[in-house]
Amino acid sequence: MANLLTISGSPHIQSDNTTKKIMWGVVTALVPTMLVSFWYFGLSAIILTLTSVAACVLFEYLVTKYLLKQASTITDGSAVITGILLALNVPSNLPVWMLIIGALVAIGVAKMTYGGLGKNPFNPALVGRVFMLISFPVNMTSWPLPMVNRTVLADAITGPTSLGIIKEGIAKGDTVDKLMSHVPNYLDMLIGNMGGSLGEVSAIAIIIGGLFMLFRKIITWHIPFTFILTVFLFTGILYYADPTKYIDPVFHLLAGGLMLGAIFMATDMVTSPMSKSGMLVFGFGCGILTVLIRVWGAYPEGVSFAILIMNALVPLINKGFKSKKFGEVIKNG
Amino acid sequence: MKTFKLGGVHPKGNKLSSDKAIKAIGLPKTATISLIQSLGAPPEPVVAKGDKVKVGQLIAKGNAFISSNIHASVSGTVSKIEDTLEASGYRKKCIVIDVEGDEWLETIDKKPNIKLEIQLKKEEIIAKIKEAGIVGLGGATFPTQVKLMIPEGKKAECLIINGVECEPYLTSDHRIMLERGEELIVGVRILMKAIGVDKAFIGIENNKADAIKYLSKLAKNNLGITVVPLKVKYPQGGEKQLIKAITNREVPSGKLPIEVGCVVQNVGTAIAVYEAVQKNKPLFERVVTVTGKSVKNPCNLLARIGTPISMLIEEAGGIPEDTQKVINGGPMMGKSINSIDIYVVKGMSGLLMMPEKESKRVTPSNCIRCAQCTFICPMGLNPYLISQMTETQNEAMAEKERVMDCMECGSCSYTCPAARPLLDNIRVAKNKVGQIIRTRAK
Ligand code: SF4
Ligand code: SF4
Repeated sequence: MANLLTISGSPHIQSDNTTKKIMWGVVTALVPTMLVSFWYFGLSAIILTLTSVAACVLFEYLVTKYLLKQASTITDGSAVITGILLALNVPSNLPVWMLIIGALVAIGVAKMTYGGLGKNPFNPALVGRVFMLISFPVNMTSWPLPMVNRTVLADAITGPTSLGIIKEGIAKGDTVDKLMSHVPNYLDMLIGNMGGSLGEVSAIAIIIGGLFMLFRKIITWHIPFTFILTVFLFTGILYYADPTKYIDPVFHLLAGGLMLGAIFMATDMVTSPMSKSGMLVFGFGCGILTVLIRVWGAYPEGVSFAILIMNALVPLINKGFKSKKFGEVIKNG
Repeated sequence: MKTFKLGGVHPKGNKLSSDKAIKAIGLPKTATISLIQSLGAPPEPVVAKGDKVKVGQLIAKGNAFISSNIHASVSGTVSKIEDTLEASGYRKKCIVIDVEGDEWLETIDKKPNIKLEIQLKKEEIIAKIKEAGIVGLGGATFPTQVKLMIPEGKKAECLIINGVECEPYLTSDHRIMLERGEELIVGVRILMKAIGVDKAFIGIENNKADAIKYLSKLAKNNLGITVVPLKVKYPQGGEKQLIKAITNREVPSGKLPIEVGCVVQNVGTAIAVYEAVQKNKPLFERVVTVTGKSVKNPCNLLARIGTPISMLIEEAGGIPEDTQKVINGGPMMGKSINSIDIYVVKGMSGLLMMPEKESKRVTPSNCIRCAQCTFICPMGLNPYLISQMTETQNEAMAEKERVMDCMECGSCSYTCPAARPLLDNIRVAKNKVGQIIRTRAK
């Protein structure tokens, strides 16, 4: 026995849940989506993902070591997640240097300036993506079709995303019916055989990852479910009102970054509300904003902006929607 | 199966000693009896150095309303009354008795038969319990008679007996229920009579299936007593959680269980009540679980109050080589003690020896706002927020966040993936807010 006993306040045991486990759990959940992107986009997807992860981890290492002069935090896995998410949010023919700049903004500006993991108000990967979208609008919105150019790196055949086709078409005065023949069918959309960012293509792979995170209790159903449901209902109402002007809700669910955003980005625990009621409000807000931007905004896709705007509102939501306390509602019986 | 709704965690049970029968350990050479054994004002010694005492004789009298008597646990001569390091971790006044023989007061009924018939009236029962120095033996050590005096204008509707023992490692209540079930049932009936109710529920978690089965069988012949099996979840032994689990009533913030017509007592306390009322035996011994992963022989020991804990540890096979922390109580709410030169007190439910690697805290990292602490807090608080308020010294906000509702169950610190010292910070806030509230009252 030791000469001096250790004294500390209770509790004296700790659950085996750690930040590291949670973060690497998210990485694991992203694996199916990454694999699908490698399958459809081939070598370029692999290169982009590796570069993005390496850049994010490196930037975090450099910032903690030389600017903050703190113990390095790269093993917690959060920089890896940001790297993967960032890569999943760009087209497969994006020049690598642009992605590295995106990673610098994501980690250097959106995460570390606030104090690192847990302190950032905005999802770093989304900030990185939006930065690239604004800085390199052309490269960020021309989408190579999957399968066609798996082994070719440059000069891929590109085309707009399904959302883009529809939005432009409607603006030109075409009817939805006619436009629908130009976009992939639902089965292709479900398994990922369509143009888009690396990670936006296969709804199924993303849902598998989401179920894994639900099972591991990394996320709760509240945000993704309300987010997706809100988009479905809102676009459903529009479609019901005028099916010639608006696309049907199933298309909205499967197209673009909704699944990826709702399941992997909006659920980022750091930048989402702390109570379950707050999470419902957050998901609802994300859904409404996404549809507003998709249908009436300047961009064909609205998920990133919607989540970032809701990120900004999180402190307010936290104030207004607190968890229910014990003994608050007095009911006897 | 029933349980409380809000929050809760599932630490590993580690009930290493649940099949070890209670064993009475021998008498110590000297008994060092602390005067700090219950909540409220410490009692005044009524013996002096050199006095001869018998087992069960009153040696310190509680004079205040919230205060409790203390009795000699051994027979012999009072050798000292002085400040000694004791279970609280501080030097507090203790009465030291050199043991000579084992001579009990004649009034104590030492016969082993179980006395079923309750002769005393309501007021007499409460007086007897007060006289016998009974306190809550689950660990809270609140004087039992005070809990049984129903305040003006309130009405008790049911008695709840706490057989949950949700703390990992501890098994003394489990053993008591198995080995002393018949006395327990009589104790429950006495308590029912004392508060004038005809309903009692014994709440037991379903990891103690044998106790549930046995007590259900005994309860069958006793009108009004029901055994309620509960789903395992920590901290179900908290009064408010247990009441919620069994009756679905929520004790309002800042109020006592009687507000919803309930009185809660622990199973060990019910046995002590039986002994006091039926056998005239004051509270001077208790069952202590001595346990730990490296302990050779984890066991449940019946020990006289004031026995050096080294004797109990010896009985369990000695202190393991790798011990770095010793805990008075369980791992979730127990207190770590600074020395093993202390003595058994009424509130000591267990002695847990923790190996070095388990006794070190994990280095905290940034809060990742995962909200786990808010999901599992059984009081529905926001531990991360209160903890932050301590760091920024914002007591006014902490009070609004209902920091005083925190029962210090430790679930938040236990759960936090970033190993934030949440409860440590919350305790600081509770202290300060408590002071603020007290000055305001003045
Ligand atoms: S220690 Fe207090 S704040 Fe933490 S979980 Fe328990 S009741 Fe909630
Ligand atoms: S459990 Fe820990 S990391 Fe999670 S919100 Fe609470 S304090 Fe933060």
